[in-house]
Amino acid sequence: MSDIDQVETGTPTEAETDHTWTGRTRRWVLKRLPPDKLLPNTQPSYVASWIYVFGMGAIASLLFIIASGVILSLNGPMWYHLSSLGHFVNSVHLWSVEFFFFFMVIHLWGKFWMAAWRGNRVLTWITGVVSFAVSIVAAFTGYLVQTNFDSEWIAFQAKDAINATGIGAWFNVTNFGQMFMWHILLLPIAVIVIVALHIVLVRMHGVVSPIDADETDSQLINKEIAHVETH
Amino acid sequence: MIETLAAVTAADTPGVFLSWGIFSIQLGNLIVIVAMFALFALALVIPFPGNRRQK
Amino acid sequence: MLKPIDLKRRKAQLAARPWSGAEREYDLFKELTVGVVVVGLIVVGFAAVASSPDEAPVNLQSWANAQPADFVATATAELGKTSDTATYGPPYSTTKGATQTLGALDLQSFSGTRIPIDTAADFVTTPLHKLQTEGPALAAWNAASSKQQATWTGNYGTALSKAPGGKPSSVKSGNYGPVPALTGGLLAEAQRGALDGAILSEGGLFNTDYTRSILFLGDGTYFPNLADAQHLTGDQWGVMNETGSYPGQSWLWLFSFWYQVPAIGNLPNADLVVVGLMLFLTLLLALVPFIPGLRAIPRLIPVHKLIWRDYYKRR
Repeated sequence: MSDIDQVETGTPTEAETDHTWTGRTRRWVLKRLPPDKLLPNTQPSYVASWIYVFGMGAIASLLFIIASGVILSLNGPMWYHLSSLGHFVNSVHLWSVEFFFFFMVIHLWGKFWMAAWRGNRVLTWITGVVSFAVSIVAAFTGYLVQTNFDSEWIAFQAKDAINATGIGAWFNVTNFGQMFMWHILLLPIAVIVIVALHIVLVRMHGVVSPIDADETDSQLINKEIAHVETH
Repeated sequence: MIETLAAVTAADTPGVFLSWGIFSIQLGNLIVIVAMFALFALALVIPFPGNRRQK
Repeated sequence: MLKPIDLKRRKAQLAARPWSGAEREYDLFKELTVGVVVVGLIVVGFAAVASSPDEAPVNLQSWANAQPADFVATATAELGKTSDTATYGPPYSTTKGATQTLGALDLQSFSGTRIPIDTAADFVTTPLHKLQTEGPALAAWNAASSKQQATWTGNYGTALSKAPGGKPSSVKSGNYGPVPALTGGLLAEAQRGALDGAILSEGGLFNTDYTRSILFLGDGTYFPNLADAQHLTGDQWGVMNETGSYPGQSWLWLFSFWYQVPAIGNLPNADLVVVGLMLFLTLLLALVPFIPGLRAIPRLIPVHKLIWRDYYKRR
């Protein structure tokens, strides 16, 4: 009986009958980010500028930061002082970080001049800025755990700024063990989560259209007038 | 009184620094910053290969 | 004819709608692969050619051997609890009036003294006791009143600063009690490499917290002078810099900048002011979409005309 109902009306009744958390979540997610939006094979024709590659560049750099970090983790924090392979992996880790910020900041410049927050993309912008801030903290803890002169000095200097804000008692930059765990576990999780959120938002909303596109684009205007006239 | 700095050995030779007034920048950092501006400008002006299959 | 208000609302709505105009083929996975390969080549290339800096750390032993007079003077200040660490305030000590405040706002005190450091004990008498040296001097020190101890360390500190080259051996005789023996003994232990371990292991065998060692090092002039030579100190844009010729953290340029402005850098609460300023500016950056004027800049200075010139041309 219910099968015939579905065939005749063509409307899904699952949304009406299913009240499971799982089902509701699935429908909510799929409504906002269907598979062809998450993994598209087309993009708007206005996405035609080299400025668009820097976000991808930042992501690629992040992948190398993580990969080199994983290899460094295999052998512990002192390995890179003692092994030339270790030193090379450390160099990859450092240069990936330099390029991560290099690409990220140019990406930020581009997005500002595109006013990319338009069209309900405010959260995309905010998650981007938060990614920047969290990455800075992650990099900071990285510099603190180099176990060399630079890290000693950075710890000694930074303690004043951290102590002045009152959090120094809990976030002790001269405590190597603590900073190490923040750097290799807590902050990578934070960076990955916020960057993933940022990317999902970009996929959900699509790449922002050009400024003034909607005013004068003849394709859109015709469609819009047609939309208005039929009502 | 403290010993002179000559007694201290610096493992790495310090970098090259350029200073104007309160501004002092290490050459490596300056190169990075200039490269960022340059790449930004280039990304804006260099033509992007277009005309992939239009829908 | 559409009214201007309708037009504006339509514009805003249209930017929010999925693009229904011309499209082109786009291969996300291919772009990601190309990106990873290109960036990989760049990053591995730079690593292979430029390597990375790794300047060896300094410790109490290298300090004691390089600048013994400075070490002794600092040890005296630690015993006398007049060093920077001893008078820091929270989280290391309860020193009143030492915190950085902004009017009535005293965030530093919020920490409480949760990382208590007794410089006389932690840096001097405890390690000496652990290493079982200078027994009689320690006994004399422990038997004395705190007033007596302060007099001894004060006198000795002054005498050291007056001695030629600050050398303990050139100090005129005076009322110093066991202080010369204690600081001399500490120097000897530091020079032979026993002090670093003794202080670190105050936190247990597996202690990974180097707070005591780093604060002790920083109270002297050896460690800060090394940093100064590498342009790493606060008033040298040090926050941005790396040792050697390597690029550092150029993204911290604005954070470093405020310290170079004497009106801010010389403030007793400079750190609090700069951190507050940077947190505020970061918040501003996050909220650009809501800030009239700031959010209008991309329209006023039309860099976007370059970015989307193909699109604007084809219309």
